[in-house]
Amino acid sequence: MRVPLSWLAEYVELVPGTTPEDVHAALVKVGLEEEDVHTFDLEGPIVVGEVLEFVEEPQSNGKTIRWCQVRVAPDGETAADGGDAVHGIVCGARNFFVGDKVVVTLPGAVLPGPFPIAARKTYGHVSDGMIASARELGLGEDHDGILRLSTLGIDAPVGTDAIKLLGLDDAAIEINVTPDRGYAFSIRGVAREYAHATGARFRDPVEQAAPADVSDDAFSVVIDDAAPIRGKIGSSVFATRIVRDVDASRPTPAWMIARLKLAGIRSISLLVDITNYVMLELGQPIHGYDLDQLRGGIVVRRATPGEKFTTLDGKERTLHVEDLVVTDDRGPIGLGGVMGGAETEMGDETRNVLVEAANWDPVSIARTARRHKLPSEAAKRYERGVDPEIAAAAVSRVAQLMVDLAGGTADAGGSLISTAPARAAILLPAGFVSSIIGVEYTEDEVHDALAEIGGVITAVDGGFSVVPPAWRPDLTGREELAEEVARLIGYDRIPSVLPVAPPGRGLTRSQRLRRRTADTLAAAGSVEVLSFPFVSDADNAVFGSADGAPVASVRIANALDQTVPFLRRSLVPGLIGAARRNLSRGLTDLDLFEIGTVFLPEPGRTYGSLELPVGNEKPSDEVLAALDAGIPPQPRHLGALIVGDVVAKQPGQPAVPAGIADALDVVRQVELATGARIDVAQGAHQAMHPGRTAELRVDGTLVGFAGELLPVLATEADLPRVVAVVELDLDAVIALTEPALEARTIDTMPAATQDLSLIVPVEVAAAEVAAAIREGAGVLLEQLSIVDDYRGQGVPAGAKSLTFALRFRADDRTLTAAEASEAKLAGAALANDRFGATVRE
Amino acid sequence: MSEPREITESAVQTAVDAALAAIASAGDSAALKQVRTEHTGDKSALALLNAELRNVPNEQKAALGKLVGGARGRVNQAFTAREAEILEAEAAEQLAAETVDVTALASRYRAGARHPLSLLQDRVCDVFTGMGWEVAEGPEVESEWFNFDALNFDADHPARAMQDTFFVDPPESHLVLRTHTSPVQIRSMLERELPLYVLAPGRVYRTDEFDATHLPVFMQFEGVAVDKGLTMAHLKGTLDHFVKSIFGDEAKIRLRPSFFPFTEPSAELDFWHPTFKGGARWIEWGGCGMMHPNVLKAAGIDPEVYTGFAFGMGIERGLMLRNDVQDMREMVEGDIRFSQQFGMVV
Repeated sequence: MRVPLSWLAEYVELVPGTTPEDVHAALVKVGLEEEDVHTFDLEGPIVVGEVLEFVEEPQSNGKTIRWCQVRVAPDGETAADGGDAVHGIVCGARNFFVGDKVVVTLPGAVLPGPFPIAARKTYGHVSDGMIASARELGLGEDHDGILRLSTLGIDAPVGTDAIKLLGLDDAAIEINVTPDRGYAFSIRGVAREYAHATGARFRDPVEQAAPADVSDDAFSVVIDDAAPIRGKIGSSVFATRIVRDVDASRPTPAWMIARLKLAGIRSISLLVDITNYVMLELGQPIHGYDLDQLRGGIVVRRATPGEKFTTLDGKERTLHVEDLVVTDDRGPIGLGGVMGGAETEMGDETRNVLVEAANWDPVSIARTARRHKLPSEAAKRYERGVDPEIAAAAVSRVAQLMVDLAGGTADAGGSLISTAPARAAILLPAGFVSSIIGVEYTEDEVHDALAEIGGVITAVDGGFSVVPPAWRPDLTGREELAEEVARLIGYDRIPSVLPVAPPGRGLTRSQRLRRRTADTLAAAGSVEVLSFPFVSDADNAVFGSADGAPVASVRIANALDQTVPFLRRSLVPGLIGAARRNLSRGLTDLDLFEIGTVFLPEPGRTYGSLELPVGNEKPSDEVLAALDAGIPPQPRHLGALIVGDVVAKQPGQPAVPAGIADALDVVRQVELATGARIDVAQGAHQAMHPGRTAELRVDGTLVGFAGELLPVLATEADLPRVVAVVELDLDAVIALTEPALEARTIDTMPAATQDLSLIVPVEVAAAEVAAAIREGAGVLLEQLSIVDDYRGQGVPAGAKSLTFALRFRADDRTLTAAEASEAKLAGAALANDRFGATVRE
Repeated sequence: MSEPREITESAVQTAVDAALAAIASAGDSAALKQVRTEHTGDKSALALLNAELRNVPNEQKAALGKLVGGARGRVNQAFTAREAEILEAEAAEQLAAETVDVTALASRYRAGARHPLSLLQDRVCDVFTGMGWEVAEGPEVESEWFNFDALNFDADHPARAMQDTFFVDPPESHLVLRTHTSPVQIRSMLERELPLYVLAPGRVYRTDEFDATHLPVFMQFEGVAVDKGLTMAHLKGTLDHFVKSIFGDEAKIRLRPSFFPFTEPSAELDFWHPTFKGGARWIEWGGCGMMHPNVLKAAGIDPEVYTGFAFGMGIERGLMLRNDVQDMREMVEGDIRFSQQFGMVV
């Protein structure tokens, strides 16, 4: 909401010299948050001038300019810029006549832009200033010609300060209005809040125009709502007043144009401007009909199925049976509370006006405005609630302005239907406000604060009975009243008291291990990234399915970027995106990881709930279970991507390029961080290198993959050919791992170390050979590591030589070399049984 | 080597002198080893003189034995001393030879980093777990009931439309990308025993355009406490303590009246710090308030017995304020330089 200060000052005392910043500072205390300050951004001298004469001069570029002599100060006086009383000015517009009063921006003036005005040579003359258009002054959009003051009905003496004359010295504050405070979408509401904040005297603008008497021969209105929503009648208040013989062609006064403009509303015509002006002033939307276009009386009803209506904006709309329509004998003439119709619109020819101020059901308006995508100024106010008691005063205020400014005559009586129920009283138990706010307010403080906001308070047994003011539909319970008391007295009164929570158990195991995993990976050289989870269909089809079987994805109905409307099933696409961005910025050696949610709906399943339980009571356990069952699985995954060199080339150190080994090292870091044992086996994934992919299992359950990206995918993504990637279901790894580990006694007897080289067929996995050695060697084998995988001379074709370093130790004696050898050979023997492994001497 | 000789003082002295001179002139441990063999070995002059003791008359044995023994002692002593000198010199020489340019060494370590948003989130969790609170989590694709209805957002209230919600297709499924971490309030109240003091951090989604100050995906943390007798003073005390824990003792907070459907009274949290870029000033950081009775009722809690408070803040904004990050986009682009400047500390 934008509030011009001159307008605000009409209804609440503003100390002279009050700045927009002062007003903001006051309003923020009562909860109206500062957004902006708006001004016309003009600097003088800008004065009223009179065109004394001009010569039309055709130019070589085809234009014709006017070389004008303009009087900008009374004869014999100095002009506001210190120059002569008559200035020579070149003007490109030709819409004016000799004798016209115009607005002249003199040298030294600054127009918004900023566009400084100076005497300058143009078209063979020195143009000593400029004759301004309405748009250049910020008053309107009209740029077809210069502003002739007579069109605004103004005839001021030459030399008058035009900034002040046109109300262009005003400024508006802009505040953010929360959805509960509909009444702050009015000068009335903001003035009242300013009074609350500062104690300044408030004058209610509603009181300046007394409602007309309700007269039987006034315009006929019938409310016929056959299908109220949630039991609320669509239109509970409907006031009309007729103004006859208006002159619709009269100009809107400059002050009104300036205020509307500062408030963010474009001036359209006098009659329309008046309805908008009163809406801004009182918060009551107004509709004006050309009375002579109406056929018969008005009936308000719900739309019939398939009914069509053309709104003011020229669009034909098919109505919904919940939409409220204002009709006359021909059918709909307005979409109630949202937008009027073209056929009965007020125009330049309008002589007689039917002014309407109604109160519409907020829910009905909200639905209609959303349905037809019509977030009008009226709908915005109705959705948040309009004071149901001011409709009659508002039509009177419109009538008054039409009489004053458009020369009409208002009918003595008006019509008024009002079925709005009286506000129910709220019981506010004594001490309740203090018990919620934590401040010991006195009963007087509570009483006075609620009285100040307009509540009607009665002392009852055990507290107060409070009838909230009509303009505050948001005040529906004692908690809302408590907020009003706290807000008016000031939130600064609330002390700071730290509550003592019962002893907690710290982070959960899963929370601790996830954090430790991230810390471990970072300490090991990986950089954490956080990608958006939005991906394409192809991303999920390729990375979200190991074997290429079709997968289901969560699709966003209103995605910001239509190329990525799905939620990720895999973290890899996001990591590829991050890697590509880094590479494009010249960062070539990358080790990235992300821990984040993936979304894994099952194919063929429908998720969600068609019906939702009500909000303010606990659903049954069955209903809650059904809601939860409707939510797709979304486990936390760990993804990693390594590309470039893992060890950079340096003095005395060749580069070590990244590969699958680095992917498996990530897996080992996860084992370290979580205590999990992750088994690695040759695996396959459609997005990965067929020979360089490991599947990862915990306790037999598949938990992910590690390896190298399929080179063609790497190339498509503008990445180098070798990209090591890991994707691991971290939630599953943690869940499948036993939390407690039994400690082993550390044996201190001397160790015996031996190497063992075995020749096995190339297709036999080293891990399986190692497992056989371990099993065959038995308890004496303390540690085994693979130190070589040799193929070539001395090894038969189709075979490889694997060398293992073995460390043996007994817990009770020093092992002899013979004992160690015996164990080693037992291991080799089992490898021979299983894979035909032979010892290579 | 030479003929057996007579043990005389001069013969002994000559042998000693020769040995000492040789010891002194030995330049390294190899030379010294050679000297040792020559001057103290079995065939050295002193050894031969010593062997000659067998042949001297008994009455001279003591005197000559003392003479030869003393000489051998002196030579051995000199040898030991010289050996220590040489070893020391050689060790020093080796150390000198091993000198490297410490500014041009090969490094096999890579600098990794946590994301500063994650680090800040971890810190926030630590502050609250330190107060006895527990950390709760919930799904990101959430039922509208948890995200809106249970939080007192009427289906037709403008506040619901203002949330800029991402809806899951089809919209009739009533699934959304949660617009705030507040659904975890409801889940916590449904699942946990009272009293309840819970912090819920996590990712949330709004259909905001992606620019320097808006992200469609961002991180929030939500605090919720339900207990007997909780007031806004407790809310203020909690926020005060939290802000001072994260930003230092000079930080201050201020509550401003505001509106949220799920709290009443409601407040915006402003926060003040003397070292903000651009000067000490109040900066808005989140929303809070006393839990609306309808929210308690949605979780089956009797608002006549219990009261609660809740607050929610954005981690991104916290990071901007705390570490002077200028552009939110840097937080999600994944440029490693952004995280690396923080390392493991925020």
